[in-house]
Amino acid sequence: MSDVHVDEPGAVVEEHAAPHVHHPGPREYVRIFFILVAITALEVAIYFVRDTIGGWFLPILFGLMISKFTIVVLWYMHLKFDDRRFARFFVMGLAGATTLYLVVLLTLKTFLD
Amino acid sequence: MPDPHREHFPGPIHQPPLVANLEAIQPHELVHLPHHPKLQHHFDDMAQQIDASTLGMWVFLVTEIMFFGGLFAAYLVYRHASPEGFAEASHHLNVTWGAVNTIVLIVSSLTMALGVRSAQIGAPAKTQVAWIGATMVLGATFLGVKAIEYTDKFTHHLVPGPNFHWEGKHPAPAEIFYSLYFCMTGLHALHMIIGLGIMAVIGTMAWKKQFDEDYYTPVEVAGLYWHFVDIVWIIIFTVVYLIPTAPAGK
Repeated sequence: MSDVHVDEPGAVVEEHAAPHVHHPGPREYVRIFFILVAITALEVAIYFVRDTIGGWFLPILFGLMISKFTIVVLWYMHLKFDDRRFARFFVMGLAGATTLYLVVLLTLKTFLD
Repeated sequence: MPDPHREHFPGPIHQPPLVANLEAIQPHELVHLPHHPKLQHHFDDMAQQIDASTLGMWVFLVTEIMFFGGLFAAYLVYRHASPEGFAEASHHLNVTWGAVNTIVLIVSSLTMALGVRSAQIGAPAKTQVAWIGATMVLGATFLGVKAIEYTDKFTHHLVPGPNFHWEGKHPAPAEIFYSLYFCMTGLHALHMIIGLGIMAVIGTMAWKKQFDEDYYTPVEVAGLYWHFVDIVWIIIFTVVYLIPTAPAGK
């Protein structure tokens, strides 16, 4: 936002400040990339040994999917670093959509029988 | 030499304040530095402009969540109604191609993030264009792989409609599965095509040196869009390609 200060008597300078960017650097982006690739490799590996894993197959797969989703949103989409209002807005939207569709699914008795 | 202040105001010397009383400043006393040429008149400064644009993009992305959420909900309802049929139908999906496309999109997210950063730090136009161009190439690669998959489905008569042919035990659920498959992946691919168009515009702007440390809003919001398309695919890959499959060997 604007910084106002006195440069000389009688003259007030209103600066149009450059935005301060606190986003990750290239090294951090590459590190996140390798983490995402590793999680994807794990997902595919789990897919091929799903008989061994049995009932844990779905929870593990969903856990990995949600972790990839979260990592992309936090680092690549900068929610971790940007104004908190963006994060609040996104989480509110996500929670709203999830609630709405859960209500729809329950209305259709999708998981009740 | 006698101090004039001391002559008129005996006692401690008062230094003039470093920061003026803002309420006492008259508008004509303000000296404005030249505006950034890209600053719209209704914003105070570039930071506010970037914040407003980014918030606008997040609002749009929330509507996109609702949009794709409906498709995922429909998929869950039908999958729950016929798990065997969906498992049988999903055997024709190629997990390898799905995984390849996932990696391609993750690489494209990396190049996009680096493209946004190059604009933010005011890197040379060539660097900005290179990252955006790499993102476009990867996006086109994704669509190419998708075309290979779609061709395979056409060849095997797995496109819902009069020509749909299924030799398994559950033809009706299989047709519903492929209806949802084409809806979800097709709409995602449409988003990719729109993304490529946006990237073409952004790349052209970068080539014309329109971005610098103070003005990079278009790259920033285009990046948000691109990453969102990436996370939608992350969900599609898990839900459609990996989950509905019956246990191995069955």
